[in-house]
Amino acid sequence: MIRKFFFPTITLVTALIFIVRLISLQLINSSYKSLSDDNAVIENEVFPERGYIYDRNNKLLVSNQPVYDLIAIPENITAFDTLQLAKIINISKSELQDKLSTARKFSMKLPYVIVNQISKERNAIIQEKIWKFTGFYLQKKSLREYPNPIASNILGYVSEVNRNDMKKDDYYSLGEPTGRQGIERYYEDLLRGVKGKKFFQKDRFNRIIGSYEDGIYDIPSKGAQNLILTLDLELQEYGEKLLRNKRGGIVAIEPETGEVLSLVSAPSYDPNLLVGRMRSKNYRNLTLDSISKPLFDRGLQAQYAPGSPFKTLNALIALQEGVINSNTTYRCNHGHFYARGMFMDCHCKYGTYNNLLSGIFRSCNTYFANIYRKIIDESGDGVAEGVNIWKKHLLSFGLGNYLGYDLPVGKKGFIPDASYYDYWYKKGGWKSATIVSNAIGQGEILTTPIQMANFTATIANRGFYIKPHFLKSVSNGTFKTINEKKITTIDSIHFETVIDGMYQVVERGTARVARIPGIEVCGKTGTVENFVKIEGVKTQLTDHSMFIAFAPKDNPKIALAVLVENGYWGARWAAPIASLLIEKYLTGEVKRKLLENRMLNGNLLAEYEKPYSGKPFLINE
Amino acid sequence: MSNNFIYRLDWWLILIYLFLVIVGIVNVYSATYTESLESIFDFSQLAGKQLLFLFISIFLGAIILGINIKFFEHFATSSYITSILLLIGLFFFGKTVSGATSWYDLGGFSLQPSEFAKIGTAMMIAGYLGKFQSDLKKSKTLLKVIGYLLIPFILIVLQPDPGSALVYFAFFIPLLREGLNFAYLIIFLSLLALFFITLSFKLSTSIGIIGIITFVIYLILKKFSSKIKIWPFILTFIISIGFSFSVDYIFNNLFEQRHRDRINVVIGKTLDSKGVGYNINQSKIAIGSGGLRGKGFLQGTQTKGDFVPEQQTDYIFSTIGEEWGFLGGFLVILMFGILIIRIIIRAEKQNSKFRRVFSYGVAGLIFIHFFVNIGMTLGMVPTIGIPLPFISYGGSSLLAFSLMIFIHLNFDANRLNEW
Repeated sequence: MIRKFFFPTITLVTALIFIVRLISLQLINSSYKSLSDDNAVIENEVFPERGYIYDRNNKLLVSNQPVYDLIAIPENITAFDTLQLAKIINISKSELQDKLSTARKFSMKLPYVIVNQISKERNAIIQEKIWKFTGFYLQKKSLREYPNPIASNILGYVSEVNRNDMKKDDYYSLGEPTGRQGIERYYEDLLRGVKGKKFFQKDRFNRIIGSYEDGIYDIPSKGAQNLILTLDLELQEYGEKLLRNKRGGIVAIEPETGEVLSLVSAPSYDPNLLVGRMRSKNYRNLTLDSISKPLFDRGLQAQYAPGSPFKTLNALIALQEGVINSNTTYRCNHGHFYARGMFMDCHCKYGTYNNLLSGIFRSCNTYFANIYRKIIDESGDGVAEGVNIWKKHLLSFGLGNYLGYDLPVGKKGFIPDASYYDYWYKKGGWKSATIVSNAIGQGEILTTPIQMANFTATIANRGFYIKPHFLKSVSNGTFKTINEKKITTIDSIHFETVIDGMYQVVERGTARVARIPGIEVCGKTGTVENFVKIEGVKTQLTDHSMFIAFAPKDNPKIALAVLVENGYWGARWAAPIASLLIEKYLTGEVKRKLLENRMLNGNLLAEYEKPYSGKPFLINE
Repeated sequence: MSNNFIYRLDWWLILIYLFLVIVGIVNVYSATYTESLESIFDFSQLAGKQLLFLFISIFLGAIILGINIKFFEHFATSSYITSILLLIGLFFFGKTVSGATSWYDLGGFSLQPSEFAKIGTAMMIAGYLGKFQSDLKKSKTLLKVIGYLLIPFILIVLQPDPGSALVYFAFFIPLLREGLNFAYLIIFLSLLALFFITLSFKLSTSIGIIGIITFVIYLILKKFSSKIKIWPFILTFIISIGFSFSVDYIFNNLFEQRHRDRINVVIGKTLDSKGVGYNINQSKIAIGSGGLRGKGFLQGTQTKGDFVPEQQTDYIFSTIGEEWGFLGGFLVILMFGILIIRIIIRAEKQNSKFRRVFSYGVAGLIFIHFFVNIGMTLGMVPTIGIPLPFISYGGSSLLAFSLMIFIHLNFDANRLNEW
């Protein structure tokens, strides 16, 4: 009996097991379903063309250029003239043969890039002959193009996405273009748009054999936006020319709107270097230049002691705190003793009497040392509170913190407070005289050129600023103009005296070189002591040349800060450069050709060599 | 042929047979489909060839149905000898395809004698067991039967086509029906289990497992009968360990790497989906992607993309699974089940031992192909390249199985005619 039923039972059980297995594979385990999609359906991404970038006058800063990859599918290649092909694509015959054999090893059926990023010009030559070479074709790609080789520090650059980027943002897949620095990075979302998808059916060799389900699952791409920046192309270009063969930064702002008109960092580099085949090699060279640091934005990232321009802020704080008025006068004896045996130099003649106005235009150290000590000693209950009140005022000018502009790099700068000095000198171990260097912008204070330009704009505005920014508008109109006024803690009535002082600086003070016929320029020079460590020894270098200015005096249109590293005194480099920029911006042309030529041809490279020469050297010569 | 005969034909079986063959042709067409292919009736294409073989099968089947059943019994030995001669002839005249000399090249098409040798062997075994003096309880009969099986088995292994040779284990089924001691099956299955245990685990672990299993069986049997002694179990245990050692040795030293790989994939030792396990994985993906209703005829993305190798032959079930979904797969499995059981039920009604054994042989052969092929496609059995009867592309296979079905039909329809 058992023998009769044995086999049918086995058959039934087997069929049952198979059916259960089918249920688990087809009805329960859904992981195999999506695997199939991965396997047989290829998803091609469709990229919108990256947005263009224009300056404030709609002049083109960044566009795209087509380049071409020469691609071969080994399977399709028929006998051809190797020498001729090598010639038109400009590589050697053996190199071409090597590439073809690599392609064959890679796959007979898949496209392989033989030469990438062929220029438009060469493409034209190849395009004419390509029909002779079956199995080869040209595929178009898009790269960034910069009609003017300027503003690389602002614009940033584009490169391919790597694995790190993919971890941070799952939008990207490997090798897609993405903005790396500057505007390209900050406004990446607007510039790139949103990629779409097309689905294709493929076979096991990954060859596309048609569109998948007639494209019903395809997702169209969303348009990329063109950006209009606040930059003035001509001003930017002129600024970069003026800083050629020098190191430093220029930041120019339209005070009324906070729009950055130019941001120059020198030395800089041609943005076209970071495009195309040579990109990674050039980038490496730029990063390896640790001496002139072309990738370091001196306008945004370099922190300097502000020097004498800072006196204007101390004057405003003293007025606001009521510790002086515009008539308060101090005597200067070619400097003064601020403590027993502690003498601070000044270039005023022995026995000069200065009130606030002349204190500013003569840049009298004695005067500002005295009023600074008054601020610290008298504005609050004790020096600690005095310093904190002083700091509070400075913070309202945007110092000591990020400004919040729309570029991805920056530095906070530094404004000391009571706890900082308590830490260094112990509580109660310091007096106003201890920290008197802050009076003349030396001391512990650090600012970046954009912060200086911003406080200059604040003075020009008589007491408020608008966050400096680089984006003016977006082609789809989504960008909202920034117009939130950041009002300082200084009442606007106090500004007029200081502005008068700054006007006199240019008219008859330290910066007469900056005078422009027909334009009322207000400015303040600075000569900033600075030190570096050379083989562990703190060494003083030639002073930085510094100048802040705005013009015209009433209804200002431009405020700027110029810093030339190791340029010696402020009126030597920074003031003329600032003045030329103002003239260029306000009148459209520069009439002072002599001054212009001196600035354009000026060369500080010998000065920068000094610390690296290994020999003793003189400074401030 | 009288009306009576036509009436007595097992039409249900014929319908199932036709259903399976047509499912086969449709799916072979789909598996080999390219955009340029026009018609299923294009005889230069695989599906067309398969259709042609269906016509040939039906034509020959009709002739077979007309033959007097007496003839087959006399014909048994000579058909077996012809099969063996054809297998031997391969070594001299055979065509080598992918390493195995399994085909005769007959101009337009190839013939695979190992497919037809199944019929001859089934005839021979049936003929021998049909004689009065044969008795599987006697070792003489048993040895003779093993001998008849061993000759084609060895010849096919030597081609080498071990997959087709393994099919001869199908004859366990008629033999068990005719009185073979179940102990042989138990020993065979135990050895198979031992084989997989040894390969799945380290040798020391395997010995532990074998020890525990032996001991548990001993305890269970002890409950039923206190007369059970322990020493046979100890002996079994020792023999098992010896077997385990030799399997380990054979597997690692005598098997070729591709055989080791195939087995490793099924016991889960290798998880390399692009390498060794590629076929099975692709097959599972294709089937899994079919869902309940499948993607529809010619719509299988895996099938169209040719991801599954050998899809029109050994992996045809994955096309069915992908394009016709669970419903299609279920129906095919169901039809095979009904086909096999129906053959057995009719065979049981035979009063001739010869004919019963033959039909059992046919059922057994269909079963083992069904079991190994679908099991492999579903990733449950090691990769053994044998076709799915009636469905896989292959003229010899279709023709041989068709002839078996028609001979069975003839026997069945004429079962009352004898004596």
